[in-house]
Amino acid sequence: MTVTETPAPATPVSHAPAIIDPVVAAREAEARQKRITSAQLYLDGVHVSFDGFHAINNLSMVLAPGEMRAIIGPNGAGKTTMMDIITGKTKPDEGDVYFDGIHDLTLLDETKIAELGIGRKFQKPTVFESQTIYDNLLLALNVDHSVRGTLFWRGSRAEAEGIDKVLETIRLTDSRDRLAGNLSHGQKQWLEIGMLLAQDPKLLLVDEPVAGMTDVETHQTAELLKAINRDNKTVMVVEHDMTFVRELGVKVTCLHEGTVLAEGTIDQVSTNDRVVEVYLGR
Amino acid sequence: MTPHFLTRTLDRSATVFLLIVAAVGILIPLSNLLLPADSPLQVPTYLMALFGKYVCYAILALSIDLIWGYCGILSLGHGAFFALGGYAMGMYLMRQIGSRGVYGNPILPDFMVFLNYKALPWYWYGFDMFWFAAAMVLIAPGILAFVFGWLTFRSRVSGVYLSIITQAMTYALLLAFFRNDFGFGGNNGLTDFKDILGFNVQADGTRAALFALSCLALIIGFLVCRAIVTSKLGKVLIAIRDAESRTRFLGYRVESYKLFVFTLSACMAGVAGALYVPQVGIINPGEFAPANSIEAVIWVAVGGRGTLVGAALGAVVVNYAKTVFTSGALAPYWLFMLGALFILVTLLLPKGIIGTFNAWMEGRKARNTANADSAAAEDGVTKPHLAEKA
Repeated sequence: MTVTETPAPATPVSHAPAIIDPVVAAREAEARQKRITSAQLYLDGVHVSFDGFHAINNLSMVLAPGEMRAIIGPNGAGKTTMMDIITGKTKPDEGDVYFDGIHDLTLLDETKIAELGIGRKFQKPTVFESQTIYDNLLLALNVDHSVRGTLFWRGSRAEAEGIDKVLETIRLTDSRDRLAGNLSHGQKQWLEIGMLLAQDPKLLLVDEPVAGMTDVETHQTAELLKAINRDNKTVMVVEHDMTFVRELGVKVTCLHEGTVLAEGTIDQVSTNDRVVEVYLGR
Repeated sequence: MTPHFLTRTLDRSATVFLLIVAAVGILIPLSNLLLPADSPLQVPTYLMALFGKYVCYAILALSIDLIWGYCGILSLGHGAFFALGGYAMGMYLMRQIGSRGVYGNPILPDFMVFLNYKALPWYWYGFDMFWFAAAMVLIAPGILAFVFGWLTFRSRVSGVYLSIITQAMTYALLLAFFRNDFGFGGNNGLTDFKDILGFNVQADGTRAALFALSCLALIIGFLVCRAIVTSKLGKVLIAIRDAESRTRFLGYRVESYKLFVFTLSACMAGVAGALYVPQVGIINPGEFAPANSIEAVIWVAVGGRGTLVGAALGAVVVNYAKTVFTSGALAPYWLFMLGALFILVTLLLPKGIIGTFNAWMEGRKARNTANADSAAAEDGVTKPHLAEKA
């Protein structure tokens, strides 16, 4: 592992109230020492191939805590596969994937990774269609997810207020009791972003959030993601819509054939000769 | 905030269902025992035993609906859990025969004497005690379901593959129980029961009590299922049914949820089997037949999956039809009719009887409110436009 150590700006446990218990303090110190990187998300030399097809090829990328990053790239560049690796759906053949500097994501399954605080919005909006919008958010809520916990679950005022707040943010307050399956495509996208908000993760992976949205909705989505990012959350957005990426105004990574082709501001990346080449096929 | 447990669990159709089952469970035994035999309202014992069988099937259907209708687990081997519960009860009833058997052996059941068993196999120990057998009714299917579910759900076997494995499971058990040296009576199974808890199983009073108990078990099973599907866990189950991997990405351990409902459902099926055996008077390996499990799934499909009430209704309706048709000239064609029924229901009533009824009621309600709205609008406007009416 060749990572330049910088003092960790935020440890995963630093959100907890002041710690007095020496055992917990010791464990925390140990965890801090074990951190191999200060990055929120760290990928190094990741390889994945499906039946000989190299979907991800020596991919390395680092997201700092609180950073928002846009990922662009032509079809088949490996953007969704990368998200599959981070969320545990696909196991890499080679390489390191660390979250918070201590959690080796290649060893964990989807449930565990979601519990660590990584939320994902899918390319094709995936909501629970036969349930109401309110129930969709209720299911996403970051509370006890054990069988016993849900069986004996009793709603609290704080939970209800949390859901109301999310409903307000995604402008679906009036349709809270409608079935999610009856929403328009754009509304489903928003509901899924709302589910991410309810989940309250540290890292949000957002796959094509503005596909099928009008210009106004696209603009609103950009504002929403920026607001989420201001709330000290790390965000990774995959998007094809260049106007949208420009509006986000963040560092851009261009993927091609499963590896990083260019990284920088949108202007730097879009004038990069190799990027122009892969996009225009010259 | 969440509504109170009872108001949440008992909506209108659930209340109606419970009232009907309770009424049937009380009135039929009373009419059988108290009314004179020549009264037109007297329910003859053979009919009560028949209805008792239907009620047990309804419990089995309920257990299938819980996992299939709400969690998307299509088990085509639930008859195995039903039969295991039945065998546990059958073993108790065998031990109760004592020295009244043909061979008069106070310990060994007749088939063991016949097969030259020297001593009672260890797994028959304890079945002379009712409480032990009653516990086994839950434990035996529960453990099998837990182990089976733990292995399959953890390996993420789902959909049609899971259905095929459940078929294989029940078929394997069928073959095992057919063997004489397996120690469960082989081909003939367990029969010639004498009494249960000291009461003669053939007596009208015992049969009436068993019938009432079956109805009570159906009520309890229904309440347990309702409590589960109306809790937050029920919402998670539906989420798993509709988008399993999405549920994982939200941080739910899907395999634990599946394992929980699958095991619970197997225990329910076991109870159904245990109540079934003393009422029909026999349990044999035929109950493990794969076709039985598939039939049970058809009951649920006909009644309406994911409605609970529909599952129970489907079990009674299909089995009543079976009784009617298999006892007449149409008997050789029953299996064709069953197949046709399944195809027709899938094509014409994909939501089953109750599901279609619910959809119709909702449509009517929506139309009524729409009519009321337009009526209100017409009141406000001096003259409605003709175009609006069209």
